[in-house]
Amino acid sequence: MSNGASQSASDVTHEVSALEIERRQYRQRASRRSVLIAVGSTVAFTVIASLIVVNTPGWEAVKESFFNWEIGRDSFAGILKGLWLNIRALFFAAIGVAIFGTLLAVLRSLRGPVFFPLRAVATIYVDLFRGMPVLIVLYLVGFGIPALDIFPRMDAAVWGTIAIGLCYSAYVAEVLRAGMEAVHPSQRIAARSLGLSHGKTLRLVVIPQGVRKVIPALMNDFVSMQKDVGLISVLGAVDAIRAAQIDVASTYNFTPYVVAALLFVAISVPLTRLTDYVAGRMNMREQIGGTV
Amino acid sequence: MNVLEISDLWKSFGDNTVLSGVDLTLAQHEVVVLIGASGSGKSTLLRTINLIERIDDGRIVLSGDDISDPRVDADRVRSRIGVVFQQFNLFPHMKVIDNVTLAARQVHGQDGAAARARGVELLTRFGLGDKVDAYPDRLSGGQQQRVAIVRAILTDPELLLLDEITSALDPMLVGEVLDLVRGLKDAGSTILMATHEMAFARDVADRVVFMHGGRIIESGPPAQIFDAPQRPETQEFLARVTHR
Repeated sequence: MSNGASQSASDVTHEVSALEIERRQYRQRASRRSVLIAVGSTVAFTVIASLIVVNTPGWEAVKESFFNWEIGRDSFAGILKGLWLNIRALFFAAIGVAIFGTLLAVLRSLRGPVFFPLRAVATIYVDLFRGMPVLIVLYLVGFGIPALDIFPRMDAAVWGTIAIGLCYSAYVAEVLRAGMEAVHPSQRIAARSLGLSHGKTLRLVVIPQGVRKVIPALMNDFVSMQKDVGLISVLGAVDAIRAAQIDVASTYNFTPYVVAALLFVAISVPLTRLTDYVAGRMNMREQIGGTV
Repeated sequence: MNVLEISDLWKSFGDNTVLSGVDLTLAQHEVVVLIGASGSGKSTLLRTINLIERIDDGRIVLSGDDISDPRVDADRVRSRIGVVFQQFNLFPHMKVIDNVTLAARQVHGQDGAAARARGVELLTRFGLGDKVDAYPDRLSGGQQQRVAIVRAILTDPELLLLDEITSALDPMLVGEVLDLVRGLKDAGSTILMATHEMAFARDVADRVVFMHGGRIIESGPPAQIFDAPQRPETQEFLARVTHR
């Protein structure tokens, strides 16, 4: 029963042929040349673009009102403090979306007439919240729900986080549902054949595999949500954007917005790169692309 | 008591009648091999027994319980039957040991450590002792199918259904899987299997059942079916598969 036929390849020694050595040298020269071309064209493009911007008639005025070093430096601490609120909002919204989005996806994938009401509610919810602009949801949740006077008074940031979570749950539910449907039916049959219930099959077999299939899409939604938490400022929460707005109003200068923008970019770049890395690793694992 | 009693089983998909009045009985420790061309109803028969397909008429009785009764708990029934598929269908996101102990832990409520010990014991016995913590995609087809068999037998099912378990395997790897099935027979398992491996069927089967057009045309001990088939359909099928 052992596989004596397949001998390990690692104990075979092989001397690289002159032909292959020549090919490797060629590839090395070619790749060095491409790197040089890339560097050269990038530098040229940057220089030309900067020259064009700097030589526009209004550049001096724009520079003064958007890139004022002193104002930017003075507003930095306040905006950073506001950004901490954004990060906390993102953290709690992400947890809420993970739970609620999964629940919606499961409800939408239920089969059978018994579950029609649940399925219908989930479908209507997803249609509604995917269609509505996030800003309007923020107003409805942030100003409308507190006005009902049934909840204790809560900070505007809390309502903002809830509103963002409600919107993104709808997006994430659709992504997860697509992932669950991409899991081959034979996996469900195998799980059910072992005696696993429908619920356990979903939880232990379908959802873990479905989520893996859509990780890049989910991370994309996460990055998108990361910047949308800046919208909670419209409810009056003093986040990075609101802090910048306050400084703009007192200095009549837009530099604080630029500072806030750069800070948002600074936290999204690592996430974006991580997304690329994860997607790349998954592609490599699939090993179907070859070298093209 | 018989492990399985099927009487007058009917099943169709739309206009296509796949099983037309099948009767089949398996006694304890009996190994019955289903042979027949693709589309003859072998796989569908196995799927109805496992309650993956709902039947249109007839009765299926498992160890005295009528499992075609809609009032039975289908999950309970399936937990009493082991199934191995042509395409292995291992769970790719779980290690080998988690694959084989999933039902023990999640369906039979066994303690994780005990299930693991049993899993390691069986995997080792079937030459997979070094694959316990590997993921299925690191295994050859034959190894994956042996893992799938361990997964099916770990909780000692009353009946084992094997659906063309060597059809997706490289000819080099068929032997290692069939050796394992032979071991299960010797250990006393009750097995109903569909296969195209005629030599194996002759060697291991207590009874060979030939299906054609959704019916059981002929059945009997392997020597009788293979050496002296009575019905022309059986003769023609055997002539084709054995190139006589």
